[in-house]
Amino acid sequence: MSYAGRFRVWRGDVTGGDLEDFTVEVNEGEVVLDVIHRLQATQAGDLAVRWNCKAGKCGSCGAEINGRPRLMCMTRMSTFGEADTVTITPLRTFPVVRDLVTDVSYNYEKAAQIPAFSPRPRDADGNYRMQQVDVERSQEFRKCIECFLCQDTCHVIRDHEGNKAAFAGPRFLIRLAELDMHPLDTTDRRDAAQDEFGLGYCNITKCCSEVCPEGIHLTDNGIIPLKERVVDRRFDPLTWLGSKIGRRPRD
Amino acid sequence: MELEQHEYDVVVVGAGGAGLRAAIEAHESGARTAVVCKSLLGKAHTVMAEGGIAAAMANTYPEDNWRVHFRDTMRGGKMLNHWRMAQLHAQEAPDRVRELEDWGALFDRTPDGLISQRDFGGHRYARLAHVGDRTGLELIRTLQQRTVALGIDVYMECTVTRLLTDNGEITGAFGYWRESGRFVAWQAPSVVLATGGIGKSYKVTSNSWEYTGDGHSLALQAGATLVNMEFVQFHPTGMVWPPSVRGILVTESVRGDGGILKNSAGNRFMFDYIPDFFRKETAETEAEADRWYEDKKNNRRPPELLPRDEVARAINSEVKAGRGTPHGGVFLDIASRRSPEYIRKRLPSMYHQFKELAEVDITAEAMEVGPTCHYVMGGVEVDPDTEAARVPGLFAAGEVAGGMHGSNRLGGNSLSDLLVFGRRAGLAAAEHALKRIDRTHLREDALADAARAALAPFDREGGENPYTVQHDLQQTMHDLVGIIRTEPEMEQALERIAALKERVANLSVEGHRQYNPGWHLALDLPHMLVVGECIARAALERQESRGGHTRDDFPATDAEWARTNLVCSRAPDGSVALTRQPLPRMPAELAEIFEESA
Repeated sequence: MSYAGRFRVWRGDVTGGDLEDFTVEVNEGEVVLDVIHRLQATQAGDLAVRWNCKAGKCGSCGAEINGRPRLMCMTRMSTFGEADTVTITPLRTFPVVRDLVTDVSYNYEKAAQIPAFSPRPRDADGNYRMQQVDVERSQEFRKCIECFLCQDTCHVIRDHEGNKAAFAGPRFLIRLAELDMHPLDTTDRRDAAQDEFGLGYCNITKCCSEVCPEGIHLTDNGIIPLKERVVDRRFDPLTWLGSKIGRRPRD
Repeated sequence: MELEQHEYDVVVVGAGGAGLRAAIEAHESGARTAVVCKSLLGKAHTVMAEGGIAAAMANTYPEDNWRVHFRDTMRGGKMLNHWRMAQLHAQEAPDRVRELEDWGALFDRTPDGLISQRDFGGHRYARLAHVGDRTGLELIRTLQQRTVALGIDVYMECTVTRLLTDNGEITGAFGYWRESGRFVAWQAPSVVLATGGIGKSYKVTSNSWEYTGDGHSLALQAGATLVNMEFVQFHPTGMVWPPSVRGILVTESVRGDGGILKNSAGNRFMFDYIPDFFRKETAETEAEADRWYEDKKNNRRPPELLPRDEVARAINSEVKAGRGTPHGGVFLDIASRRSPEYIRKRLPSMYHQFKELAEVDITAEAMEVGPTCHYVMGGVEVDPDTEAARVPGLFAAGEVAGGMHGSNRLGGNSLSDLLVFGRRAGLAAAEHALKRIDRTHLREDALADAARAALAPFDREGGENPYTVQHDLQQTMHDLVGIIRTEPEMEQALERIAALKERVANLSVEGHRQYNPGWHLALDLPHMLVVGECIARAALERQESRGGHTRDDFPATDAEWARTNLVCSRAPDGSVALTRQPLPRMPAELAEIFEESA
């Protein structure tokens, strides 16, 4: 049932660091985060790691496991062979703070820049009425647990620090899509999506959808429809002409 | 001493549902407001709430109203709830839910386009506004996005280690940045505690690492009181297998949506555990129970939907009697009762959780479940209307506050509690602060003392590892102050806690101050111990069984204890003092509600 598993864990801080080898007991049914906790409790009390719910609901414990962005709490040890060495490194797109903890403030800065939700007025009886089928489109994106694995894997920013200023990353492109599809929202964010959040940088390689632990179809259901809406507005000749001669509302 | 200092009107400690709702209200009342939280914004434990927000909106059952919700809540708490809190909660919850829609929340809908409401244990009507089984995520994300839109300052990954007082009034708070280990202090005449619960003192729990009882302990140290601490809710359905996921929550919605409990013999055993208190409103036959899902008027609730304390005790008894599953739980079966499509639609995260973590397909086979420490009913004693604690300037809302849920909380009443009392606390905290024109400067000696105490674990060498002490505390609480309690065991628990206190005083940690989990745990442990002591002392004193407190040596409820609360305070020598206090009297017009037909 139990075996001595071999692990390589990146340890260090902003000044540098290296992979360290550990041998840790692994028991039936365990996930990578269990092993990290055992490592903390028995061999490396100061090993830095973020985690909260340990059930795939909070999105705190993202790391790269054998190079792949994953949640440590949802990666079962049984997906590896007992003889394999499992390598755990911090998310590469964000600056390291210490060990497996990275500085994810980029994401919080982008979140703060998105024009806020602004609903239409309530119905006369104080309620909003929406059909289930209409709320489901945005609900898919509201499943996002903000683990930022999509941000981590996105090649636009993964190895191009310079793009971060102009590109909000897949997490926030689907936030824009969510608001765009929200049945109550009244703000048009299409220009902002293109000009301020870098929608055009995405060339739909779908890496973000592949790593999403919530199975959100970021590209197919969020980013591509948003791109289409932007294109409709900007490049459809009739819409363009209509908006110029004032016959068509700028919608 | 070099120290980062800030000035605010209101400092909110905790960024779950209650904390964020309080911060939004304080900000909108004109107070300069900050939120301080131990994790990143949006990761608080609220995110794990699954089933929904209880609010008598009457979208699915026009018969529902606040009086019915109030009655359900009081009866679920075995009448020990503070009546005024239960009343405000039932009255205001619908508005708090609607307000979330103004801020972008997207609840599941009824065919008419209104907010859909689902069934849950102890609620007479389908009452829980929900988003699949990820309602907590929707709640936290909505409040988070509102907080960001309002531009409220958030101190993320920052732990408060002391509340600062002067002349018996709040003057601010002291803490450290988890990332750098550097200290920070906030000067503020109002502090709102919204720190959540205590579950990390138990071995099997649905709670995250943040649930160390720090808010309970900080309040006690500052001179506030705690009420109802003996009442700890063990959620009946946590995962039991594999061992590494033991305790992770399985939402009550599984039962609300048609799931049933069975023992190893295949019997639907909950019919054997219907208490007299709920007999009139509970189905007697499986046929009646099954009809109830479609026709609530002419049938009574299935016994699987009794309040959580009843179901948890029943599961515990079945397992003890040898009728448990291979891994020591009971079976929770929805696979044989609902279509795979329905299950995946209504319970997507349960489907995912079992598939990923236990390799169980819940649309095809039964889950194995057992009780897990989930919620503490006890908390800071507050004024029901303002959430003010006994220390001027200190407020508490959400799980860290006590009184609202009495001896047992109904499912769904937690998220509504966060919103109703978070808002009230934020409002009152802002009012209190805006009246304080002269601000008291933080005293240098108090700041220096707080810093010294925080660094003490680094000064000691060769001491014990904090992880070992935490493990021993969790084992003690699990074994001796768990779901079923006896006097000798609780006395033993208190002895062990005393020994653990000595061990905590001699802990040492390795490494340095930058993002050091060992050090963080060393600073959390004193909180966990003090809360453990409060629970054990109060549980030893209350010689009856009621709600989330079951005494093997006193199995019945007691009329005298039905009128009595236990209040914990800090004795001059630093120990926990316990006093009995009469329950507040319910006014006649509310008492009448319980005379009405069941």
